[in-house]
Parts: sequence; structure tokens; C-alpha cells
Amino acid sequence: MAKTSKAAPRRTASAGKAKPSAAKSAMDVVKLARDPARPHIFDYIREICADFTELHGDRLVNDDRALVCGFAQIGPRKVLLCGHNKGATVEENMAANFGMANPDGYRKAMRLMALAEKFRLPVVTFVDTPGAYPGREAEERGQAEAIAKSIEFMGALKTPVVCVITGEGGSGGALAVAVGDRILMLENAVYSVISPEGCAGILWRDGAKAPEAAAALKITAPDLKKLGVVDSIIPEPAGGAQKNPKAAAAAVKKAVLAALAELDGIAPADFPALRYGKFSAMGRFA
Amino acid sequence: MSWYVKPETPAKIPPAKALWEICPRCRAYVPRKEWKDNGSICPRCNYHGRLKARERAELLSDAGTFKEMFREVSYSDHLSFRDASGPYVEKVEAAIGKTGETESILTGSAAMGGIPVALGAMDFAFMGGSLGTGTGERIARLCEFAMEERRPLVICSASGGARMQEGILSLMQMAKTAAAVRRVKDAGLPYISVLTDPTTGGVSASFAMLGDINITEPRTLIGFAGRRVIENTIRQKLPADFQTAEYLLDHGFADSIVERRELKAFIVKMLHYFGF
Repeated sequence: MAKTSKAAPRRTASAGKAKPSAAKSAMDVVKLARDPARPHIFDYIREICADFTELHGDRLVNDDRALVCGFAQIGPRKVLLCGHNKGATVEENMAANFGMANPDGYRKAMRLMALAEKFRLPVVTFVDTPGAYPGREAEERGQAEAIAKSIEFMGALKTPVVCVITGEGGSGGALAVAVGDRILMLENAVYSVISPEGCAGILWRDGAKAPEAAAALKITAPDLKKLGVVDSIIPEPAGGAQKNPKAAAAAVKKAVLAALAELDGIAPADFPALRYGKFSAMGRFA
Repeated sequence: MSWYVKPETPAKIPPAKALWEICPRCRAYVPRKEWKDNGSICPRCNYHGRLKARERAELLSDAGTFKEMFREVSYSDHLSFRDASGPYVEKVEAAIGKTGETESILTGSAAMGGIPVALGAMDFAFMGGSLGTGTGERIARLCEFAMEERRPLVICSASGGARMQEGILSLMQMAKTAAAVRRVKDAGLPYISVLTDPTTGGVSASFAMLGDINITEPRTLIGFAGRRVIENTIRQKLPADFQTAEYLLDHGFADSIVERRELKAFIVKMLHYFGF
């Protein structure tokens, strides 16, 4: 399971030290992706959405602050926006479990995605999580079932789905809201089956070998594009999104609108089969 | 993704191991033949030992009806992955040599109580039953086969989760397999998921939890995150029965816990209810 990023104080030291992109190691990118100063979900919402009306709760037990959902106006588009919330302050970090969702979060997202489908609204998701929350209540309430159901549910949605990996794409907790028709990824985001630290702990028997694991796992945007997991990479301002959140958000908005435009004209009923085709091609070999 | 954490086992395996099975739970010495004849269940404490994929397929199929399919689909080293102890290719080839299987799931056609089914059984001995691209592809093909021939789908899982040596593409197999079993269910066919010891991480969080019916055996370990990861996160001890089949049933995530001797009959009965 992924380690949580350090909460406070906010700092940009890692970004400041970043080398030119060609020389960046995978671990440098991991640090950028986790930088607490990187724009959070509400930073993007503020910049991108003319309106955002948050809707709460899974109608079962809880409102998970780690996964924020609501209807949003992005440029000319009305969409359902769901995104991980790491929180910008220590209080928010704690309330949102540093963006690690509980089953309640995925169930809330599914409830609202069904509503979006009913009213023919596209779904846009922003992914930024160390992973699903590893807790006792999470297991009791069916973390595995919630993630499995969310993955299955998104695959079968009869409406366009655009997913943006904005920061940390941490394993099943990320994939649970990242099954879409277009997968976009910010230049300094990462997306991985396991955290570099977790992988190093198991395969290197030494968590300190995380940089080696990060490189071996191929978790950066260019690698993932090559592997066919990511459709396009959203460029970040020099030094990373945290250096110029406004510019980063503008690039995200442009990319999301372009991806939605590509999906125009597809009959809603066709999306599940198209999505199955997309994901079943991943890792297929002759 | 949590990786399966091996439970504590006695440090020394006595030389008698060749002739005896030692029950991991009650430590009883059971003659190997008696152990096998009893379905790898401890005759003293009813511990349900782990089965190889082929043993599981034999257990559930009518005698002689299981026919393997998609054996040609094996692992793929998309990342040219290597870690401290060497390349992934060497490890997976060693697993092939050790188990005789070419992926972590065995797939094929079989009859159960005379009903033709599409049957999959994971092998925990093959790299911890991890979900690789070959595993995902076999499951997808098994689902297509079930749909083509209008057969019920039965998958027995046993896995620590995603196969990290195949990186992000192993994670994507969760989406691929979830969509594949969904297609089977949407086609009006039943999908019966048998969660066997252990089923955790990316397998429990994808196709294994998505059965029309989710059944399991007594005291099976089933969960998402590993116990140690959770204990380190919440800094408190977890109950002894945490993430067992019984715990799952109590919390509403398993339809039934079925003794191994009754497993096939239970599935066949379900299929009868579904009109097969």
C-alpha cells in the first residue's frame, strides 16, 4: 500500500530542484506528483468550472471527503465531476484521509454516475490518491467489493467518461475511478500498480530502493503512453503544475474539452463495448 | 496494491514431510495419501488446505470432462522488469517449471453435474496467483467462450493480487476482467465466483467479488489490504477473524460458506435454480 504524502508545511523544494525534464528520474517525478503544493481538486475546480455543485453521501453510511463529486460546468459542457481530494490543510488532510477513499466514496461516485448516465451527462474524473484507504472499517464495509463494483460499473456506463490522472494514480484506489474512454495524464503525474516504496519493500526487501522500483515499474506519463494505458499527456508549466496552477488548470480544461469533443456523436449504448475493447487490448499480445 | 503476506509457518519442516502432511492449523501429522484422499482437508480440524488449480478443476468437474483451453496464453514481460534478485522472466519461468502451469489461472471447458460450464481455477503456487496480463487475457477468453456457448461461468480465485512485475498493465487487468465478467452477466448467464484461500488485493477488488453468487470455503482469507498494512495504518490490533470467510459473511459480502465436499453440489444446485 502506498505511503501517504507528507502533509504540512507546504513546500516546493522538490520542484525547485527538479532537473530539466529529459534528465528527470522516475523518482523525481514521483516527488513532483506528491508535492503537497501541487494543485488539489478544489484548485482545479476553482479554475476550470464556472459552476460546481457538490453532492454528498452514498445514501448508506457516510460522505467520504476523500472523493468529491458534483455537477459542474466546464466551458460549454455540463458534466459530473468526481475527484480525489487530498486536502490542502492539515485539517482537510485528516478529514479526507489524504485522498484515500473508503468504500463509501466509491459508492457515492457510482450513485452519482448513474444519475449522470440517466440525464445524458458525461463523467469527468480527476485521479490523485496514494491508494484506497487500508482501514478496518474500509474492509468491514467491503473495500474490495466497492472497488470491484466501481471498476465494473464505470466500464458499463452508457455515457462518455474522461479520466485525468492529475497527481498520484495509486493502484486499485485510482483505477476505481479511472475506467474511461479517454485517459489523460499530467506530465508529472504517476500511475502505478503499487507504490515504489511498497514494491521496493517486497521485491528489493528494502524500502529505500524505491527509486529503482519506480524506474522498473514504468509509472511516468511517457512510459504509460507507450504502453497504451494513457491516451494523451497534458503538458505542465515549467517546474511543474505547482509553479503555475492557473496555467496547469487551463491546460487540463483544454484537454478535457478536447477529449469530450472526440466522444461526441457516439451513441450512449455503444460506450460499454468501446470501453471493453479499449481495456481488453491493454497487455494483449499476439 | 497489497501483496499477499505469508502467514507465520514453523521454522523447520521435519524430514517426514515427504510422507506426511502437517496441518498448518492444528499441526496434526496426516499421512499424505489420507490428506489428498480427503480433498486436502485436515481430518482432525477440518482445515481446508490450498489446492492446485488442476486439483480444483478436478474437484468441481464431472470425472474426465475438464479440457484445458488457452494454454498458449502465457505471461508477457512488457516492462523488461528486473529487481534485486534478477529478471522477472527468470522468476516466471521458474514458476512454470515448478507448477507445470503457464499462467496463474487454469481455464477450460468442463461439465458440472452434466451441465457444460466455462471453468477457471487460479493457482496460488504460480507467483502467488498474481494477476498478470496472461491471466487477464485467459479470463477474457474464458468469458467469450462462455458467451459463445451459452455456458455458466465458474471462476475459483486464489491470489495475492496484481502482479507488480507486469506493472500498470497488471492493474489494467482488473478493468479488463471486470468488464469481461460483466458481459457474461449481461448476456443472461450466471457467473459463480468461488473465493478460495487466499483472495486479496487486485483480484478480490475485481472479478472475484463480482459474482452473481460469491461463495467461499471455511476460514478462507479474503480482503483488500493486507493485515499488517492496516495495523500499521490504524495502529491497533485487528480481531483474529479479520478478513476470514466468516467475517465476510457477517458483513454481507459472501453469499455462503460451503464445505469443500459440498462445493460442487452447491454450484450445481445454483445452476439448477438458474434454469440449467
